[in-house]
Amino acid sequence: MSTQLVLLAVLMFAATYPSRALPILAPGIERLPPRALLYLRLVGPAVLASLAAASTLVAKAPHGGPAFHLGVEAAGVLACLVVVAWRRNLLLGLVVGLALVAAARLAGLA
Amino acid sequence: MTAPATLASPAPDLRAARRRLLLDTLGIAVSVGAFGLVFGLAARNAGFSPIEAVASSVLVFAGASQFAAAGYIAAGLPWAPIVVLTFFLNARHMLYSASLAPRFREIPLPKRVVMSHVLTDEAFALSAAHFHRIGRLDIPGYWIAAVLGVFVPWNLATIAGVLLGGSLPDPSRLGLDIVFPAAMGGLAVGLATGRRELVAAGAGAIIGTGMSLVIGPALGIIVGGLLGPLLGIAVPAPPEPPASPDSDLAGTPVAIDAAIAEVDALAAEPAP
Repeated sequence: MSTQLVLLAVLMFAATYPSRALPILAPGIERLPPRALLYLRLVGPAVLASLAAASTLVAKAPHGGPAFHLGVEAAGVLACLVVVAWRRNLLLGLVVGLALVAAARLAGLA
Repeated sequence: MTAPATLASPAPDLRAARRRLLLDTLGIAVSVGAFGLVFGLAARNAGFSPIEAVASSVLVFAGASQFAAAGYIAAGLPWAPIVVLTFFLNARHMLYSASLAPRFREIPLPKRVVMSHVLTDEAFALSAAHFHRIGRLDIPGYWIAAVLGVFVPWNLATIAGVLLGGSLPDPSRLGLDIVFPAAMGGLAVGLATGRRELVAAGAGAIIGTGMSLVIGPALGIIVGGLLGPLLGIAVPAPPEPPASPDSDLAGTPVAIDAAIAEVDALAAEPAP
């Protein structure tokens, strides 16, 4: 069984771990000014929303570059968000969003 | 007889928050499992052996860069650009790490070293929402989010995908490909509890999408995550609430800080 790509995994780990660890391991982060702490508090909703929106609305174009894509996936994600905002239940939101997309695809709508 | 509260038996509100966390974790675990299964299949198709696929999932533990690496290996790309791409794809973790760092400062260093490795989009989203709800750090809550919700399902699903291969149905037919963005969006909704958070999230989504169309999703998402909070900060601070909304068993709001200060002042008065 080949193990050559284990070394690649180690190199990828070395490229990833500092991003995850440096701020957590660096001393003095607690001495940040209040405005910086407020900024960090807002990073969570901003980056998650950015991740969700870009993953849903940006697809790979036939030429290989990014392209705007508005499909049933966006409707599924939107349905999930509405349910989460309304019922405060992520699992229920995921089930609703997933069911919507699965039904549309099985019906040949997407 | 009522047992005294101990560290092993968390307070009722913490127990309720952990129940909520477990429920949210279950949804994320389903998403992560589906995604991991697809990665296992992709890795197998790219020529990864089971050991190589598992090493990737344990050591790298970052879905987008693992998918990209499998695609590039299949295309015969050299390792150096794959490693550089991995750095850029995963640079957003620095935002999560910086966001959690103030809460993690009291944790012993060896534990922080391990906690850092299991910090992912999902682990951050779940634990940040949990800490926000209880108003403080909860280390078991972090392990629930990061290990139970992500690390275990991701690695088990990778093994299943790489071993079972072509006998599995296409997960996208079942709509499982939208679970990841839906889960991230749902968790962002959970964190958007005020005007500033809402503006930061909305701006992050718009900027992230726009920049992804221009410079690609790997960097576009980071730009959205970096610029969104600046617009959130620009929103005027909400006025101080006149009373703590959750501090009276009868349901009547009570200015709990003022009440405590009053009691302290009475206690400090010299006895007659």
